[in-house]
Amino acid sequence: MRAIWIVAAKEFRDGLRSRWVAAIALVFAVLAIGLAYFGASASGMVGFTSLATTIVSLSSLAIFLIPLIALLLAYDSIIGEDEQGTLLLLLTHPLRRSQLLLGKFVGHASIMAVATVLGFGGAALLIATISGGADGELWRAFGLFIISATLLGWVFIAMAYVVSVVVNEKSRAAGVSLLLWFWFVLIFDLLLLGAMVLNKNSAGGEWLSYLLLLNPTDMFRLANLSGFEAARNYTGLTYVAGGPLFDPMMLTVFLSLWVVVLLSLAGWLFNRRRV
Amino acid sequence: MSYGTVAPLVELQGVEKRYDGVHALRGIDLRVEPGEILGLLGHNGAGKTTTMKLIMGVLQATAGTVRLFGHSPIGGDADQLRRHLGYLPENVSFYQHLSGREVLDYFARLKGCDLKENSRLLERVGLGDASHRRVGTYSKGMRQRLGLAQAVLGAPRLLVLDEPTAGLDPEATGDFYTMIDEVREQGCAVLLSSHVLPGIERHVDRVAILGSGRLLGCGSLARLSADAALPSTIRISGDWAGVDWQQRLAGHPVEFRHINGHRMELTIGGERKLELMRLLLSESGISDIEVSQPTLNDLYAYYNRSGVQEVAS
Repeated sequence: MRAIWIVAAKEFRDGLRSRWVAAIALVFAVLAIGLAYFGASASGMVGFTSLATTIVSLSSLAIFLIPLIALLLAYDSIIGEDEQGTLLLLLTHPLRRSQLLLGKFVGHASIMAVATVLGFGGAALLIATISGGADGELWRAFGLFIISATLLGWVFIAMAYVVSVVVNEKSRAAGVSLLLWFWFVLIFDLLLLGAMVLNKNSAGGEWLSYLLLLNPTDMFRLANLSGFEAARNYTGLTYVAGGPLFDPMMLTVFLSLWVVVLLSLAGWLFNRRRV
Repeated sequence: MSYGTVAPLVELQGVEKRYDGVHALRGIDLRVEPGEILGLLGHNGAGKTTTMKLIMGVLQATAGTVRLFGHSPIGGDADQLRRHLGYLPENVSFYQHLSGREVLDYFARLKGCDLKENSRLLERVGLGDASHRRVGTYSKGMRQRLGLAQAVLGAPRLLVLDEPTAGLDPEATGDFYTMIDEVREQGCAVLLSSHVLPGIERHVDRVAILGSGRLLGCGSLARLSADAALPSTIRISGDWAGVDWQQRLAGHPVEFRHINGHRMELTIGGERKLELMRLLLSESGISDIEVSQPTLNDLYAYYNRSGVQEVAS
């Protein structure tokens, strides 16, 4: 347990020093404030829109950004240590592979969480103050947004570990991470939409919507958009998914499940890796 | 040193290691006794690093037994054993963005050592002034010294050093071995690998020669050389116009060849070397004599040919 905290503390400090935390928080804040400001101009108004509209447009952008940031943050976690010779050295210390991986995860997950809370949270406070307050339900929605955004980041951090323990070159880890990002953010939804169009006329095509659970970015989208009536009408994929399985709380649980499964997979593969 | 009375720190018996179709180690028997410096010699790919990884429990042997401090280095006790182990990998660049002090602190925390010792440790390896500089700015020699400081954290009973002086200039190499000798004086045993012989002869008590995954010979260097009866090479230069060497050297088991009119190379078995030297010294035309001892290459060549196991242990 001690070993996990030592590794986690180092990773987090590295994150602070390399300004990862500051950079991510800043990007999130600028994005949120920018969307709030320019989101209004689309509907012909000047000034800040409401928090509700901001959440909807922010979710669509966060889907692209958060996985990318998380993969960038963590893709070289293991392969990077291997290439600089420190992985072998670490493993000759009283430290198990699972502890090293968990320590890294606690560190990276904290970086992601702190940056998300600071960036989006700070922006939300600012927007709410300027646009004249928000009610309790809206704050709950925003809280859910921050939690699910953090979880989405964690999913992709864990995914980056799977890549990092499998490859034997850092550049390859970067390449595979980008491909995964491309797959989950773009290709998957395109294929799913295609399948739905083809299935349009036949009955029983509903199972297709459950495929959304195979993509953490879709779960994030669903969790944040299904709460808003207005959003349902213009977001294609979320329209098809209804029912208790797609309740925001359930989706959050599913996202957490993704984290656990991917971390376990990374741990299992790491134990088999020859150092 | 009387073997057998004290339990060895490391004991390998009939160790085999195979992976990906490579037979990396074949039937290795090896012991490291308390307080000794054992040199693990061999060309690249001979199995030196694999042997070290097995000892430290990073790899598992395919067959045979590996014992570190009397226990298996893999499994439940392993964490406890590793507190008494210091390791310096080959080619470790550490964390470029951290300072030397921070790197040392990180590993000290993992080993459960007192951080207060670290300043003194950095002073001892000569990094006192550089301890707050980023490791990325260190020279190779400084990195190796930081590596040694890291390895001796927590006063280990066994120090494993993988090619510690590869890439160091002769002065840094000398410094490094001086520090290793100091560590040994405190009762720590050292297992160090090298693919070159010069520089380490004076510091190792015994050597084990590995070649293609086999233990070719093990014992003191003098003993191994004597058993191998390797010839010495003598180079002479001077002005010896008119000397008939064929006749002068008759009766000596020596091979010679002229490099040019002023230089000549003679090869002779170790035990007859002095006789030849006396003869050469009496030759007035010779202005310089240079003697080269057999190199690691010669030793390899010999033990590879003969396949001798356990010459002297």
